[in-house]
Amino acid sequence: FLGAGGGNDIQWCFSQVKGAVDDDVAEADIISTVEFNHSGELLATGDKGGRVVIFQQEQENKTQSHSRGEYNVYSTFQSHEPEFDYLKSLEIEEKINKIRWLPQKNAAQFLLSTNDKTIKLWKISERDKRPEGYNLKEEDGRYRDPTTVTTLRVPVFRPMDLMVEASPRRIFANAHTYHINSISINSDYETYLSADDLRINLWHLEITDRSFNIVDIKPANMEELTEVITAAEFHPNSCNTFVYSSSKGTIRLCDMRASALCDRHSKLFEEPEDPSNRSFFSEIISSISDVKFSHSGRYMMTRDYLSVKIWDLNMENRPVETYQVHEYLRSKLCSLYENDCIFDKFECCWNGSDSIVMTGSYNNFFRMFDRNSKRDVTLEASRENNKPRTVLKPRKVCASGKRKKDEISVDSLDFNKKILHTAWHPKENIIAVATTNNLYIFQDKMN
Amino acid sequence: QDTQEKETVTPERAEEAKLKAKYPNLGQKPGGSDFLMKRLQKGQKYFDSGDYNMAKAKMKNKQLPSVGPDKNLVTGDHIPTPQDLPQRKSSLVTSKLAG
Repeated sequence: FLGAGGGNDIQWCFSQVKGAVDDDVAEADIISTVEFNHSGELLATGDKGGRVVIFQQEQENKTQSHSRGEYNVYSTFQSHEPEFDYLKSLEIEEKINKIRWLPQKNAAQFLLSTNDKTIKLWKISERDKRPEGYNLKEEDGRYRDPTTVTTLRVPVFRPMDLMVEASPRRIFANAHTYHINSISINSDYETYLSADDLRINLWHLEITDRSFNIVDIKPANMEELTEVITAAEFHPNSCNTFVYSSSKGTIRLCDMRASALCDRHSKLFEEPEDPSNRSFFSEIISSISDVKFSHSGRYMMTRDYLSVKIWDLNMENRPVETYQVHEYLRSKLCSLYENDCIFDKFECCWNGSDSIVMTGSYNNFFRMFDRNSKRDVTLEASRENNKPRTVLKPRKVCASGKRKKDEISVDSLDFNKKILHTAWHPKENIIAVATTNNLYIFQDKMN
Repeated sequence: QDTQEKETVTPERAEEAKLKAKYPNLGQKPGGSDFLMKRLQKGQKYFDSGDYNMAKAKMKNKQLPSVGPDKNLVTGDHIPTPQDLPQRKSSLVTSKLAG
């Protein structure tokens, strides 16, 4: 497995952990999304309480050449608040489902954040100077009596402590009857899509009072409902192409040039199922919880309950690679159904060069798969062994039989400790891993 | 099952048998309509003003069953009152990640 030494294997080291130490987790503190911006300098998190926290990587310190800059709090704000739709008698959670960064065009940073119903465009800007020396105002803001002014001066900008301000620039509301699961910014950097259980809408970033419906899978008779949309993403380079995944394990690729309403897919990706293996659980565990294009745009990755699959966009009938995340759970499906864990939605991500993929598991374990060497590793996000620059020790789960020393048995796994959200820096070997309420940052060991 | 069977049962099928033994009335289509409809209806709240007013009247005379540990689970016996409803506003406390 990775970390066995030699060659190009990455040796992961603990770098930082953010969040409270205590075990009693308040609902609001549950992390619900993690995302690096395009340069990797900023790292955003969203939580169940509707808050966004942005960390910024400090400039590399010449004297500390053995590690890259640390991530410190840059800005934090309340993005969404709980709402009640009185017309529909519907409680709307403030939980941030997704954050997506816009590429930087000027001094300010922009991101989209969404809860179940409303998407917001936030502008994050720095202020490091302020005007001083007004003629008609005192320094504290009170107005001076004009009759007391005897001389005039020119106000000047003086430096001040850096202030980072977040302000909502656009609110995209009232376009989703069902719950939003995904947002994705188009490579044209002007439009973006938002997907709920049954529909996908296309927006222009400047226009909030209109959006175009581009996919609608709602059946005329809701009794006929058999599948829902679980995730959607725009292609990284082709501005006319997007994909969406379903609860039945299929992925549809759509081309917006073909028609205004993309109900008819251009490609349908589905792995044929062996009918003799079919069980009560088959459909549930085949439901895709996340879909991500590779940076190259040539491949896409899907995450279902037990595995990660890599698909070549040119081949619809089966994935080109399949990686088992935690196959030992297949003989625990009954209890995982009873405690609802079978419905957990794990995300997945690519490294910057598309050579390694990463996803989370239970017991605060997370997994990485090297597509070239075909080796994989299981690591743990834990406050034990968190001395900076100590290499993380690979973990191993014992499925059955005699448990070796240092292995953990399946029955000892803590299913309340789930890693659903992970992110990989776009350029460096720096990863952000979210446990229930803590954010871990790991880096590779630099020599 | 027949003890003479030579084939091994797949782990998934074994788990399925366990589940069906516990819940004999489990529907045939787990990924079908009912399950998906429940997903689509997340957040839906129901309120009966008749029940509420009756409860207000009764409360003067005797104690009604109080809400259980899960305030979001409305059972047949419990009449929601304003005191029982979960607080809607978030407390606007800063995230502990920023601490």
